[in-house]
Amino acid sequence: MTAGGFLLEAAARSGWFGLMTRSVGPQIRGGEAAALLRFSNRRVDVPAESYNILFVVDWLNFDRFSAEIHLTPDTMVIADPDSGEVPEVVVKSGARMFDMPVKQVLGAIEGGRPNMLATGVVGGIIGLPIDTIYELIQDNLGSKGEKAVNSSKATVEAGYRFAETLTDAPALAEPKKSDKRRWIITGNEAAGLGAVRGGVRFAAAYPITPGTEILEWLAPNLRKLGGALVQAEDELASINMVIGGSYGGVPAITATSGPGLALMTESIGLAVAAEVPCVIVDVMRGGPSTGIPTKSEQSDLNIAVYGLHGDAPHIVTAPNSVSDCLFTTQWSVYLAEAMQTPAIVLSDQFIGQAKIVIDPPADIAFVGKRLLAQNIEGEYRRYAVTESGVSPMAVPGVAGGQHTADGLEHNPRGTPSTRAEDHMTQMNKRLRKITGFDYGSHWAEIDGEGELAVLTWGSCTAAALEAVEAAREAGIAVKLISLRLISPCLPDAMAKALEGVKKVLVVEQTHSGQFANYLRAQYELPSEVRSYHIPGPLTIRPSEILSQIQDWS
Amino acid sequence: MTAHTAPAFKASDYKSDIKPVWCPGCGDYHVLLSVTRALAELGRRPEDVACISGIGCSSRIPAYVNCYGFHGVHGRSLPIGTGLKVARPDLTVLVAGGDGDGFSIGGNHFQHACRRNIDITYIVMDNRVYGMTKGQPSPTTEPDWDSALSPGGTGLSPFHPLVIALASGANFVARTFSGDPNRTTEVLVEAIKHPGFSFVQILSPCVTFRPDERGWKDVVHTAAVEETDDPARAARRIMTDDGFNIGILYRGNRAPYKLTGREATSDTDQLGEMFAI
Repeated sequence: MTAGGFLLEAAARSGWFGLMTRSVGPQIRGGEAAALLRFSNRRVDVPAESYNILFVVDWLNFDRFSAEIHLTPDTMVIADPDSGEVPEVVVKSGARMFDMPVKQVLGAIEGGRPNMLATGVVGGIIGLPIDTIYELIQDNLGSKGEKAVNSSKATVEAGYRFAETLTDAPALAEPKKSDKRRWIITGNEAAGLGAVRGGVRFAAAYPITPGTEILEWLAPNLRKLGGALVQAEDELASINMVIGGSYGGVPAITATSGPGLALMTESIGLAVAAEVPCVIVDVMRGGPSTGIPTKSEQSDLNIAVYGLHGDAPHIVTAPNSVSDCLFTTQWSVYLAEAMQTPAIVLSDQFIGQAKIVIDPPADIAFVGKRLLAQNIEGEYRRYAVTESGVSPMAVPGVAGGQHTADGLEHNPRGTPSTRAEDHMTQMNKRLRKITGFDYGSHWAEIDGEGELAVLTWGSCTAAALEAVEAAREAGIAVKLISLRLISPCLPDAMAKALEGVKKVLVVEQTHSGQFANYLRAQYELPSEVRSYHIPGPLTIRPSEILSQIQDWS
Repeated sequence: MTAHTAPAFKASDYKSDIKPVWCPGCGDYHVLLSVTRALAELGRRPEDVACISGIGCSSRIPAYVNCYGFHGVHGRSLPIGTGLKVARPDLTVLVAGGDGDGFSIGGNHFQHACRRNIDITYIVMDNRVYGMTKGQPSPTTEPDWDSALSPGGTGLSPFHPLVIALASGANFVARTFSGDPNRTTEVLVEAIKHPGFSFVQILSPCVTFRPDERGWKDVVHTAAVEETDDPARAARRIMTDDGFNIGILYRGNRAPYKLTGREATSDTDQLGEMFAI
């Protein structure tokens, strides 16, 4: 992991883009781990189809990763001949094997470590400037003293020397430098930053893989902004703390994953009924139950959309890339605050934990702005019926705004009511808030034209975009529609997006085709619809989508 | 706000115009009276007070108090109160509810709220029965109390909320009787003023499903010993009393959850810079 981080940052400092994902075994700490990197001189949002270089520290449990690490006859595999037998899957791939006496090299350098050797070998092969790596060592290890810095530099240098001996090594295309300092960020960090940019100043947290990093990013950074994070005793508590904080007038968020979202659903319904804005980021993982906590899946779509009891209109959004976690989370805070309702953001393990090099994101205008009741005269009606459905909210401290927010059905004043008229009026109001809202163009990313459209969402988007671009190069016109707003549905906007489209290929990472079923239930789709749905743990690759497109063209 | 700058409030200023759903003779009417009297005595402006509850007969109380209120889902009043107080330390936060809401479905939150020791006051109107669902045994019900759901009784030892609160870290533990609103008001004032998490169990008879509890007025008695800040002494006393001992049983010095000193030292643009290479 250290080597992967060094290589990504060195590449970024030298003008390349890149993406790093990690794959780890089930152990709590240590054990087998793989850092998977892809570099380019344009932005990359998808892991590589296959790898040019595999540096092996040891072969222990390599089989666990083999499905993710596609090797070809072009792949250079660098491994210590003494590190055990080469796995059959590697031999069968026909990859080129290069022996490197890893243990011997490291043994000759005091304090020499495999991650620095890997950094040197790979950096040397792809042509990263060694001085950039030295700079990074100084920046990251300088505090550990000169000895640590020197041994790391010596190890990296040994790697570069070995790289020089290799023939037919792949090299990177020329870098594209930028005047502005690029960013390296994970989706989970981006979601945290998006939250505070949107105005969040309170969070409640219960740890769960792979959502924890959002909370860990928020804990110190909310404090720097004068806000606060509380660690809750469970997800039942965390969602209710968020509701409490937001009721106090402070935009609030929590992050979780599928099991936590399941626990929260009752109280998300409370936030709908009591009209308290809040944001819940679900970093999805393989389900059902405990499932595969360290791997991605999009299978919480149904619970996010349909999981609340009663008719409970709320917002469901989904970032479509690692960096879009920033925009979509920020936008979701804005939506929740504007409509005084909960927003569930469906991120996933892949985009949450992948680390990416991006151009610095633009400042976007979406900052949560709640319609507040101030200077109240006369009787205050918390749930007053308005044209938009949004009622001015009095927050504690405002004189004359005293009321009881209630999960019981109520009349406009907030007094509990079982009357049919009150129920209908309040149900209509809560629905109208979100169906009548102007979501602008952000509801979906739409790219290109064609009679065939790929309709997808979330982390499948980047792979779909690569597939669509490859199809266009092969002469097939394909349109891409990726939904950022999952719920509510926007029938008119979708109809416009589907004008001229005759065939729709739905792409998603679920076992049951949840997204395809949802679209069929909610939208008028062309008569020809195919659904390509594959569950985790492997991310869907562009080539899979491309072959679906080609098969149908 | 200091006492001499506080506007003078009457208990009736904290009373809303909504008629309670409670049965005639319910102990909760007197709790409502005591809460409004305590708030008047403290002189907090109604808009600076929040009363948070869950589900159950007693959890209807926020709507009857003229302050900001939240009537949430069953068992989760303490997390809502916690979130509100951390987000808005300037408010006086009361959390109120019943024994089923607080000790059964909300039991985990009860322990952790005590442990967190945030400056809020938790009032449990304990009637040893689920009233809203028409008479089922709660965690504090006697083991031999007969009901449709548990014929012949549950056979289970009652939950001991005061000692659980003490052991979990609450900073103020008291028991009162709803039928003595003067004493209850005094205790509530002390509980609200005391820093950290204050827990007040109010024995509040359910005249409908537990008519036997009308007899509580004859068995409650003032705690015979002085209040203490020693948790070991308090625990011993609570564990050995008869359950009808009235008074402040523990007033501790445990450090409350830190809510102050949160001035911003950065802005979101600066935070974004941490990702720049």
